[in-house]
Amino acid sequence: MDRLDEEFIDIALRAKPPALPFNNYRHIILIPAMGDDIYKGYRGAALSTLKNFAVRVWSDVAVKTNNGEFIGIILPRSETADDRHLVLKMPNGYNIGLDVDTIENIIERGFREAHYKIPEKEFPFDPGKPNVTLLGTGGTIASRLDYRTGAVIPAFSPGELYGAVPELADICNLKTHKLYGVFSENITPEHWLGAANAIKTEIEAGADGIVIGHGTDTMHYTAAALSFMVRTTPTPIIMVGSQRSSDRPSSDAALNLINATYSAAHCDIAEVMVCMFGPTSDEYALLHRGTRVRKMHSSYRSTFRTIGETPLARVASGKIDYINNDYRRRDMSRSVELDTVFDERVSIVYYYPNMKPDIIDSLTDNGYKGIIIAGTGLGHVNKPLYPALKRACSSGIHIFMTVETLWGYVQMFVYDTGRDIMELGVVPGANLTPETAYVKLGWVLGHTHERAKVNEMMLTSYAGEITEREPIDGYLIMQGGLPEMEIFLKNVHV
Amino acid sequence: MKNSPALQSFDPQAVGFRSGLEVHQQLLTDHKLFCRCPAGVYSDDYDAQALRHMRPTLSELGEYDGTALMEFKTKKDILYRLNKRSVCTYEMDDNPPFLINEQAVEIAMEIALLLNCSIVGELHVARKQYLDGSIPAGFQRTAIVGLNGWLPYKGRRIGVVQLAVEEDACREIRDRGHLRIYATDRLSMPLIEVVTAPDMRTPQEVAEVGWLIAETLRATGKIRRGLGSVRQDVNVSVAGGTRVEIKGVPRIPLFPSLTYFEAYRQHRLLALRDRMHRRGLDKETEAYKRFELGSELEHPLLEQARRDHQRIAAVVLRGMSGLLRWPIGPNRVFADDIAGRVRVIACLDHFPNLLHTDDRRPSALSTCDRQALKALTGMTADDCVVIVWGQPKDVETGLNEVEIRVREALVGIPNETRQRLPGGETDFERILPGPDRMYPDTDSPPLALPAARVKAIRDRLPEPPWTRQARYTEFGLPAHWMRSLLREPVRADAFDYALKVGIKPKLAGWITVELLKYRRRIQRGAAELNPTHLQALLDYIVDNKIPRAGIRLFIEAGARRGSTEWRRLADECNLNCADRNTIEAAVEDAYVNRHLIRTLQPEARRRCLTGIVIDKLNCLADGRMVADIVEGRLNAN
Ligand SMILES: [Zn+2]
Repeated sequence: MDRLDEEFIDIALRAKPPALPFNNYRHIILIPAMGDDIYKGYRGAALSTLKNFAVRVWSDVAVKTNNGEFIGIILPRSETADDRHLVLKMPNGYNIGLDVDTIENIIERGFREAHYKIPEKEFPFDPGKPNVTLLGTGGTIASRLDYRTGAVIPAFSPGELYGAVPELADICNLKTHKLYGVFSENITPEHWLGAANAIKTEIEAGADGIVIGHGTDTMHYTAAALSFMVRTTPTPIIMVGSQRSSDRPSSDAALNLINATYSAAHCDIAEVMVCMFGPTSDEYALLHRGTRVRKMHSSYRSTFRTIGETPLARVASGKIDYINNDYRRRDMSRSVELDTVFDERVSIVYYYPNMKPDIIDSLTDNGYKGIIIAGTGLGHVNKPLYPALKRACSSGIHIFMTVETLWGYVQMFVYDTGRDIMELGVVPGANLTPETAYVKLGWVLGHTHERAKVNEMMLTSYAGEITEREPIDGYLIMQGGLPEMEIFLKNVHV
Repeated sequence: MKNSPALQSFDPQAVGFRSGLEVHQQLLTDHKLFCRCPAGVYSDDYDAQALRHMRPTLSELGEYDGTALMEFKTKKDILYRLNKRSVCTYEMDDNPPFLINEQAVEIAMEIALLLNCSIVGELHVARKQYLDGSIPAGFQRTAIVGLNGWLPYKGRRIGVVQLAVEEDACREIRDRGHLRIYATDRLSMPLIEVVTAPDMRTPQEVAEVGWLIAETLRATGKIRRGLGSVRQDVNVSVAGGTRVEIKGVPRIPLFPSLTYFEAYRQHRLLALRDRMHRRGLDKETEAYKRFELGSELEHPLLEQARRDHQRIAAVVLRGMSGLLRWPIGPNRVFADDIAGRVRVIACLDHFPNLLHTDDRRPSALSTCDRQALKALTGMTADDCVVIVWGQPKDVETGLNEVEIRVREALVGIPNETRQRLPGGETDFERILPGPDRMYPDTDSPPLALPAARVKAIRDRLPEPPWTRQARYTEFGLPAHWMRSLLREPVRADAFDYALKVGIKPKLAGWITVELLKYRRRIQRGAAELNPTHLQALLDYIVDNKIPRAGIRLFIEAGARRGSTEWRRLADECNLNCADRNTIEAAVEDAYVNRHLIRTLQPEARRRCLTGIVIDKLNCLADGRMVADIVEGRLNAN
């Protein structure tokens, strides 16, 4: 050790450790827990550097580089990042990356693992208020990180939620039940079955409404599945999520949760619904029917829209405005009836020009029992697919046509093409959205594989998934730039 | 000034004055920092409005940051005005960020190196929370580019703690009651934030270092200029006090008075604390009684409040008699600091927003009202009462804030940011946020800044102002020319070019400072000459040996005609330099026709003749040549 190093060590040890409470490591680690790994995320040259200087993640260090000296805490590193840098959290809260090639010495001055904790306050009980049960499946409605394990943990117990969203106590008595902790994309039919069973249990145990926290990406699939699997319910079943995680001040999570909880407690609609922001502004939420709702934007707050219909209601600051009167009323004397079956051997095929028949053939050859096609226009695919479709149908696969336009009905009589395709055995799926059709076919095939019965069930509306008519305000995709829209935008909060 | 004991003899240095700067400077980029919206498109028009509320998020220990809590107490509706040309869904936090603007990072690295900073190995984008709504996401994306830099100043070093590249915030349009409106055109424009150490020891030094930083940033030629493109936060503390941040100071000349008054305020607040302690007041044990007021008082403001069905309430500040009148600046007393806090946090922004029994001005409570208060509250001669009115919830918050502020006075100087008032004093803006509001931006990947890239930028750094100044000093340029050259890089470049083509330093300075200023004066609103035009002009001057007076005419003609084609300008305005034949003809003509000249003494005769000729030739003749020819003509006689 040369003299400079000794001097450096001296300085490093004399400098006071940062006075700041190191409690801000929010959202750093998006890597799975890795046991007791003290080098979380570091590999290659960066890992060797840590080992060389006998320091680890969460070490409070002074680092000497040929580019100056730095003080801070070594943070875990994302596994997908390169192996050339150490991440340091400095006393002022900023993170920086230090190039390992520039590092000459590291002194550990302390060790400060951070733990993220949400305050638990006892959720108050008021016998005069309705009881609501919140079922958790994961997602970002209220999540926090556990820095010890690197795992994403939902803030979920009533106490935690009360600490984060105290307004909930003005609405109801809240009970929570964590079903799963999975990201939205990892939801499977098994989760749907479990959720349906949990709903029954909770309602029978006295819940006046159910809220289900769910990641938004696949929320409309789950909403459709629960709509079919919970055949009757006395109370509202409200799905909710957030498009902006609850760790940001502009998050929609708290308001969505408040509106969903209010709807579960007080809404008159005893159906499965999605409750999410209406506009991007913090103004109101919309209640969408579970079988007609769809996520329409990858990131907007107001991403959920009802397709081909109006939403059921609008919820804001403790008030529900009903938009559509065609719904099943709340009736606490009604019992919960479940129909939790699902045949997984179903797929969606999104048609594109020049699609080759091998796509259909591979589904046939792999034992699929149902195919939903999202066809062009009124429900069309190209001629080269015909033999493959015919083969699929004759081998017992149930094929239903939907439209990739999302809005509008399948109508296969208008053109010869449509008639030809029906001739092959493909059945028009009315105005089922492709996603709802997929979920419904899986559910129907859970009951029967008899062709006539399958067709009959698919074309019967069980939960508002097929509508008799399309209202004139059921298709509203406004286009910017038109004078009337300019006026609208200027006068109504977007 | 009768208000302020010893303000005139107040010496900030004697109370341990310390000041540092945070300079926010917009960068000259084509696009914004995290989206592809154009930068620098400003408009008061808007196409749409969006409404948001900001909700504090929990820190990991389950605590709320002080500012967060304050902003949540204010419960504001925040309305954003959106113009399609300048804002997309990113700024509204409805789309994740795109990758960080490399052009901005490049400029930030250049400035960081000029400021002698170490460049970080890898840039990490952080989120810095702002709950005032100035950023729709509720946080600003910011990343450190450089650290541990310095500036040479008066033979010592002013530390540059860090340099960050970050996105700009919204422009506030109005803030009244529970509604705040923002324009979003400036939102997300690339900025750098330069943070100095608290190394300035006098108010004057703060301004001088402010200029030094400005000159350094301008030397790159890659920053935005003009209104709103630079904003400075000035930090001030005195010994035994707390760091207080004066936000958004637009002009450097304001620094000395602002910092002087702030140091005085802190000094006075420390004295107030001591006085309160001597009176036996204690932060922990003080309990303040509150009273609801009906129609007991007759003060016109309270009568009006009653007519408006507002809540009127009072709080008794035990032992505080006379202290609300405690001067803290030339025009402000302690009660004004309390009122500032109530205004901001309780949204009670009518003026005045409180009445108190220490106020003896005619507009204050009458003797009758004081008697009524005494009867109602049981206050003694040692106490003071503050009255607040407005919407019930706001009054509640207001009373809380009065108490909080008085308790804070027992500790010393509250940690807060302050806003500038016209006279150089300041008022409460918000509680100073701590580092608790920083957290990593998971939407943005880290960006490595390899040594090779740093070296490439270092190799082409512009000359920093301090070495330029040393050079100018050697040339013996007057101080105001040096300032002008240091602050206007275009002029400085032209000056260097003039030297290169052989113009003497003083003449070069005169052309690039005085004449260019003159040009700006005579054609208001004219575009500054760009470097190419300036170089062509300097070349033209040298090639045609234009004399001083001629250069002035030339620049004047150019400014009036808005022309930068120097050759054509010379032809059109008859500004071509006279050749020998023309001069000889002019001399002959003057000598023959001006009979009186011949009656003068020889020396006067020569000067007069030369003057007439130069004048006639529009100053566009080589003076030495004219003198030679005149000499020859007179001798020939
Ligand atoms: Zn944009």
